[in-house]
Amino acid sequence: MIKLDAKIPEGPLSEKWTKHQSSVKLVSPANKKKLDIIVVGGGAAGASAAASLAESGYNVKVYVFQDSSRRAHSIASQGGINATKNYKNDADSDYRLFYDMIKGGDFRSREANVYRIAEISNKIIDQFVAQGVPFAREYGGHLANRSFGGVQVSRTFYAQGQTGQQCTLAAYQALMRQVKAGKAKIFARRDMLDLVVIDGRARGIITRNLITGEIERHSAHAVVFATGGYGTIYYLSTLAINSNGSAAMAAFRKGALMANPSMAQIHPTCIPVLNEYQSKLTLMSESLRNDGRVWVPKQKGDKRPANEIKEEERDYYLERKYPAFGNLVPRDVASRAAKERCDEGYGVGETGLSVYLDFRDAIENQGKDAIKSKYGTLFDLCEKVTGINPYKEPMRIYPASHYTMGGLWVDYNLMTTIPGLYAIGEANFSDHGANRLGASSLMQCAGDGYFILPVTIGDYLADQIRIPKIPADTPEFDEAEKAVKDKLNKLMSIKGTQSPTSFHKRLGHILWTYSGMKRNEKGLKKALEEIKELQEEFWRDVRVAGELYELNHELEKANRIADFFELAQLIVLDALNRKESCGAHFREEYQTEEGEPKRDDKNYSYVAAWEYTGDILKSVLHKEELIFEYVTPVKRSYK
Amino acid sequence: MNITLKIWRQKNRDDKGKFVTYKLGDVSAEMTFLEMLDYLNEKLIREGADPVAFDSDCREGICGMCGLYINGRPNGPRKGVTTCQLSMSAFKDGDTITVEPWRAKAFPVIKDLVVDRTSFDKIIQAGGYISVNTGAAPEANAIPVKKENAERAFDAGICIGCGSCVAACTNASAMLFVSAKVSQLALLPQGRVEAKERVRAMVQAMDELGFGNCSNTGACEVECPKEISLSHIARLNREYFTAGIT
Ligand SMILES: Cc1cc2nc3c(=O)[nH]c(=O)nc-3n(C[C@H](O)[C@H](O)[C@H](O)COP(=O)(O)OP(=O)(O)OC[C@H]3O[C@@H](n4cnc5c(N)ncnc54)[C@H](O)[C@@H]3O)c2cc1C
Ligand code: FES
Repeated sequence: MIKLDAKIPEGPLSEKWTKHQSSVKLVSPANKKKLDIIVVGGGAAGASAAASLAESGYNVKVYVFQDSSRRAHSIASQGGINATKNYKNDADSDYRLFYDMIKGGDFRSREANVYRIAEISNKIIDQFVAQGVPFAREYGGHLANRSFGGVQVSRTFYAQGQTGQQCTLAAYQALMRQVKAGKAKIFARRDMLDLVVIDGRARGIITRNLITGEIERHSAHAVVFATGGYGTIYYLSTLAINSNGSAAMAAFRKGALMANPSMAQIHPTCIPVLNEYQSKLTLMSESLRNDGRVWVPKQKGDKRPANEIKEEERDYYLERKYPAFGNLVPRDVASRAAKERCDEGYGVGETGLSVYLDFRDAIENQGKDAIKSKYGTLFDLCEKVTGINPYKEPMRIYPASHYTMGGLWVDYNLMTTIPGLYAIGEANFSDHGANRLGASSLMQCAGDGYFILPVTIGDYLADQIRIPKIPADTPEFDEAEKAVKDKLNKLMSIKGTQSPTSFHKRLGHILWTYSGMKRNEKGLKKALEEIKELQEEFWRDVRVAGELYELNHELEKANRIADFFELAQLIVLDALNRKESCGAHFREEYQTEEGEPKRDDKNYSYVAAWEYTGDILKSVLHKEELIFEYVTPVKRSYK
Repeated sequence: MNITLKIWRQKNRDDKGKFVTYKLGDVSAEMTFLEMLDYLNEKLIREGADPVAFDSDCREGICGMCGLYINGRPNGPRKGVTTCQLSMSAFKDGDTITVEPWRAKAFPVIKDLVVDRTSFDKIIQAGGYISVNTGAAPEANAIPVKKENAERAFDAGICIGCGSCVAACTNASAMLFVSAKVSQLALLPQGRVEAKERVRAMVQAMDELGFGNCSNTGACEVECPKEISLSHIARLNREYFTAGIT
């Protein structure tokens, strides 16, 4: 029986991390040389961790499924990264960022973890600047800031709409430097298909070489998963299309707990679905809500072009409903408000499933050049995808799956319930509760990778220095390799009639309908049934073209979708269990008369961590009670 | 619309490879080029044939994973777009479209349209970074950077490493790719310290990896989906020249 221990250090909130750092066990440089660490993932989290661990002396092996770690999904993140520098003299502080994140997450995250990330946020910016990230600057040469949803200060650092690209490349370059130094080795085009656990400890992984199809074994003293989020489970999402939940499910099946799996963020500002062939939805960064105003016509079904609709005929519904935060309300609030307007028949565009995001006033007040310098790349992107020129007419936007707050359960040291297995970045559940605030994921990924994991992993590895190289010819490796081969062979042998993608589309549709922005018990139960049926159909009728031992994208997809079926059921179980509305999780049964979410702190102030038992539907719930010592959970109001 | 596709099919690295022709009906102008290939693949799967292998991930022009040689041009007929951003509205009913992988000695074909670009990683390994260990950074505002320089560094830093420049070049040179990183880091005070070593090492790596020389044809700039300017090559040349005079 697993007992959850978050291992939160004693002491006042603002001293926990400092004290923890001075009390964790250390590994000497001479001993680090003898220790191997596997890092799966090369995004903002994986690359920063791998580079830092290698710099400090460990032998690091990095696995990514793309052809280079530079291409991880992090590269696509747009709007910015937070830090509490208070360069704007707007009374920002670590405490404020901490509070904003706790409140933004609707009081469903751990105080100690969130405070720590706020506390190290400034060091992250220092590091990126030193590595050559060309953040936006003021005329005096100092760093510029802007604000993001859910906050009232300007603490976001940015490089136009390509902040993630610049930060990810900086971490990638640091990693490449370690490759040259011989301390890190990259295994690109590898899919990690299983975790190997020996005597209860994570000791290795099984990968498939995506070029030759060979199944390979890799061993190490510790394993780090920096495998990103699973928002692609909805099929259409803003994530890179190959993002997936397979690493999380591999760990889950080997005994790691999955925390809050149903906490999925639906981002309000995405380019709406344009046609049935669409493979991907494009995000329009939230930073646009700094200057853009969201509206729909006051008249139902008004089909006139936006520019012909007069000021008094427009409903700036966010400003109307939430005067204090206006267009900058958090994502979950903005998304539900857009859905509500569209469901009521006020939506615009051909399908009626979109709302306007308008820059007319901003351009009038600040001039086109000022707007261009802030959002140039995003406006161009919008025009490329939709043909709409946002300098001249409003963009159209609609919510889309974007981020998963849920993920592998980790303690304060970022270790899962499997000793020696760590999860960092979007892959863990740790810092965002029921809703993530903008520009805080890159921060968390880089914080985990640069500054937290390199400290906390030492505490574990200090006890491992006498363990020689881990052999990869043990029965545990044999067994894991066999399980992987059996699963792949089974997928290849079905030879049915339907493509893996067609199943993914149908699965995504079920989840979007019943477990998306709004959920209710009846719908969720229906979803469980439908997913189960579809899963059976998949294992009966999927057609995986090509061969096992060659480059085979269809097999890669099929394997990921097979895991998605399990994860989807876990998501629904979690959503069914949580009989309250909080953050992104909106249960229609639990709302106020005005349609605002009703949280239930008495019964649900916990992290739901699920344990695998062999049958996904019989997964066991463990509760990590959330204890609030420094903030008082209040009703989250942005009015 | 109806189109005819002539697609390069090659089983693996050692296979000789050949063009195979496919007729595809019901193509919508709203599809992206890759969605059209998805559509073709779904059809091939239904017919029991082998789908065409091609790379993509972000599908929004930022990861650099896609990149096809379409009708004799990297990323097809439109300017300033990656292959994943290319819309089928660039083509018309009855068109024949030739689709090939990048062709360059330093980018061997792995299968069909998928190539191996690890040589780009190797160029970065040679010196495309600033040597600062985690934790050793000074306060971010300690070193002011002229707004203009930060912006120019950004303009170079947006390279997505897709390889279009190499594919466009008659010499298969990687000069635009190399110059973008050299330029970005040389424009920032943080990167100046190692500027000389960096430019030498990166250019040397490029030569050793089998990329050709730059003969200033400018095709790379024209075909770069991120419209990275040739002026970065000029800056690289200046950096390289002064790096020689120690
Ligand atoms: C369009 C968009 C814009 C965003 N903008 C912002 C923003 O402005 N600010 C912000 O803070 N956040 C933003 N985010 C969120 C942020 O980008 C992500 O949460 C973050 O980048 C996740 O980073 P990561 O390192 O955890 O994982 P990823 O970058 O997703 O990397 C995952 C890595 O794991 C590897 N991997 C995964 N599974 C396997 C496997 N089975 N085998 C081998 N390798 C595997 C992949 O190859 C990859 O290298 C945005 C997200 C999107 C979608
Ligand atoms: S798929 Fe990422 S750039 Fe085209």
